[in-house]
Amino acid sequence: MEVGQMQRQWLDYTKSLFLEGFLDGQFLQLQQLQDESNPDFVVEVVSLFFEDSEKLLNDLTSALGQQSVDFKRVDAHVHQLKGSSSSIGAQRVKNACIALRNYCEEQNIEGCIGCLQQVKHEYNMVKNKLENLFRLEQQIVAAGGSIPMTELGF
Amino acid sequence: MENGFSSPRSDAFPAGLRVLVVDDDPTWLRILEKMLKKCSYEVTTCGLATDALRLLRERKDVFDIVISDVNMPDMDGFKLLEHVGLEMDLPVIMMSVDGETSRVMKGVQHGACDYLLKPIRMKELKNIWQHVFRKKIHEIKDIENHESIIEGMHLTRNGSDYSDDGHLLSVDDLTSVRKRKDMEKNHDEKDFSDASSAKKARVVWSVDLHQKFVKAVNQIGFDKVGPKKILDLMNVPWLTRENVASHLQKYRLYLSRLQKEKENSGMKHSDASPKDPPGSFGSIHQSDVVNSSYLFSGNSLLPRTVDPSSHEDDLKSIISEPVMEPKRPPVNLPDSHKTKNSQMGFNRSFQPLESEVDFAAFNSGIPTKSYWGEVPDVQFGQEHTPFVHLENGFTKLPLPDPLNHVNADSLQSIPCTAERGISGPTKSKPPCPEYGSNQISDPSPKVSILDPFPQSSKSNIVNHQRALEPIYPCTSSLTTQASCLSCTADIESAQRDVLNLASGSSSTLASFEDDLQVLFQGDSYGDTLGVRNLGFSDYIDAGLINEVPIHLYDSLRFGYEYPCDMTEYAILDQAY
Repeated sequence: MEVGQMQRQWLDYTKSLFLEGFLDGQFLQLQQLQDESNPDFVVEVVSLFFEDSEKLLNDLTSALGQQSVDFKRVDAHVHQLKGSSSSIGAQRVKNACIALRNYCEEQNIEGCIGCLQQVKHEYNMVKNKLENLFRLEQQIVAAGGSIPMTELGF
Repeated sequence: MENGFSSPRSDAFPAGLRVLVVDDDPTWLRILEKMLKKCSYEVTTCGLATDALRLLRERKDVFDIVISDVNMPDMDGFKLLEHVGLEMDLPVIMMSVDGETSRVMKGVQHGACDYLLKPIRMKELKNIWQHVFRKKIHEIKDIENHESIIEGMHLTRNGSDYSDDGHLLSVDDLTSVRKRKDMEKNHDEKDFSDASSAKKARVVWSVDLHQKFVKAVNQIGFDKVGPKKILDLMNVPWLTRENVASHLQKYRLYLSRLQKEKENSGMKHSDASPKDPPGSFGSIHQSDVVNSSYLFSGNSLLPRTVDPSSHEDDLKSIISEPVMEPKRPPVNLPDSHKTKNSQMGFNRSFQPLESEVDFAAFNSGIPTKSYWGEVPDVQFGQEHTPFVHLENGFTKLPLPDPLNHVNADSLQSIPCTAERGISGPTKSKPPCPEYGSNQISDPSPKVSILDPFPQSSKSNIVNHQRALEPIYPCTSSLTTQASCLSCTADIESAQRDVLNLASGSSSTLASFEDDLQVLFQGDSYGDTLGVRNLGFSDYIDAGLINEVPIHLYDSLRFGYEYPCDMTEYAILDQAY
C-alpha cells in the first residue's frame, strides 16, 4: 500500500472514531500536544490509560464481587475511571462510567454489575480501535510518510 | 506542529513558572505535564498527595503554584489545599472531572484560587500565571500598608505629647496615604519585577514554624490570642507581627472551616439571636453611628460630616478596597486576624446587609461565624472588625472636607451631651462580657433609629444602654476596650488617627483635643474615631438624623462597644 493511500485511510479511520463517538475533542488535544520532543506522546498517554483502566476495572470487578458491596469504594473507582477516560477523550467509556455511578448511588448491585459489563465492553472497543489506529500510524511512518495530523480539521 | 499554543518568550514571566501538579491519575499527570511544559512552565509531577506535601515542606520556595486533583486515595485534595494554603501560602488550583457546584464551592471555601474541570485544556493552563501574579500584587499592597503604618508609628512613638505633634503627624500620614493610593492605581501597569520586595517579605511557614505558632496559640488560650502575644511567645527574631497576624488569620479561617464542617449549618440562626453580640452586626453599626454623632457634636465638627454627598466618591472607593484585598494584613491592630475574618464575612454579605432584611442570610455569608459562636470571647473579635476598614476608609478620605453644612441644625441639640461625655472621661469601665448579660431592656428610645436594622441589633443596643447608662459615651468605649486588650504597641496609631482627624478638620477641635488625648491614651482603638465620623455622615444620609434629636441623644450613651462596624454599613449604603 502506498503512503498516500495509507494516509487517507488513517484520516478516514480517525474521523470515524470521532463520528461514532468513541473519541471526543480531548483526543484531538492529545494529538496537538505531540511534537518533535515527544513524537510518541499520544501512544504513550494512551498506554498509560490502558494500564490504569485495566487496574481500575479489576478493582471494580472485585469490589462488586464482595459479599457486602462497599459502594463508596465502587464509586471511588468509577470516579477514577471516569476521570481517566476523560483524559484521552474515550467518550463512550466515560458515559458508561456515569451510568455506573448512578447505579452505585442507588446502591443497585445488579445495575452496577450490568453496567460494569458495559464499561468493559466500551473499554475493549476503544482499545481495539486505538490499537488499529496506532498500527496504521506505524505503517505510515515505516513507509517514510508522516501522519497527516493537520488534515484532521473538523 | 504549530497549533496556536506558541510558548511565551523564555526570558519573561510567566515563562518558567514553577508548577507542582498532584494527581493520582497517571494519564492526566502525563498530559498536564506536557501541557504545562508547552506553556514554558517548569513542571514537577506528583502521584500522591502525601508526597506532594512532603515535597513542598522539604523544598520551600521551590514552587509558585500548585495544581491538585480533588479526589486522591491517600489524602483528600481539599486537605492538601488546606495545608498548602496554611503552611506555604501558595496559590492552589483544584481540578476534578466533577463539576458539581457544591464540590467547586468546597474548593473555593478551602482557599482554591481556581477550580478546573477535566478535561482540562491547554489554554486554561496557560492562564494560571495570573494567580501567581495576583498574589504578588496583594503582597505588594500589604507591604505598602505596613510601611506606611510603620512610618506612622515611628513618628508617633517618639513623641509623648501628641497634641503638639498632631498636625505634623497627620501630614505625614497623609502623604503615605497618597503614596499608597498611587500605588494602587498603578497596579495594573506594575512591572512584575517590582514584586521582588514582596518576595523577600514572604514568610514560608514551615512545619516547625507552624508548630511553634500553634503552641503559642494554645499557650495563650485561643480566645485571647493576638499576633503580638504570639510573636513574643514564638520568639523568632525575623518574624514580624504582620507575618503572624496574617498567619493567624488563615489559621482561624482554617479552624472555623473545620468547625463549620462539623456543625453544618446549625449555628446560623443562633448567631443572630440577641444574646449573641458577635452575630448582631446591626447593633454594631448602630452604636457606631451614635458614637460618631457624639463625637462630632462635641467637636463642633458637625458640618464637616454632615454632607454625605461630598463623600460619596471616596466612600465608593473605600468599599471597593476591602473587597479586593480581603487578605490585607491588619497592620497595627492587636487582633488583626479577627479583623480580617470578619472582613471577609462582610464582603460576602454586603448584599443582604444592604437590603437590611435578612440576618440569617447575613450570617450564613460569614465563614467565621460558627467559630465565633463557639468562642467565648466573641465580642473581642467584634470590636476589631472595623479596623481594616478604618484603615482603608481613613486613608481614602480627604480629611479636610470643604462641603459641610446640611443637617447641622438637627444635630445641634447634641453638643451638651458631648460635653458631658468629655468631662467625665474616667468613669465607666464596663468589662466586655457584661454586655452580653444585659439584654433587651429598653429598646423604646432607639426604635426609630433602629428600625432599618434587623432585630438583633436592637437588643444589642439596648444592652449597651443598660450597661452604660450612667456612663459617658466616649470613655466607656475606650475603657472597655482597654480593659479587654493590652495592646500598647498600637496606641500610637490611634492617637495619630485622632490627630489626623483633628488637624484635618476645622480648628475648633482644639478645645477638644486635650480631652481626646486623655481618652485615647493607652487605647489603640481611638483610630476608629476617624471612621466613625465617616460612618456618621453616611448614616445621616439615611435620613435618620432628621428624625428626632432625642433619639440620637439617647443612643449617644451606649453602643460604644462596637465602634466601627457602622462604617461598613454606612459605606454600603453609599456604594450600592
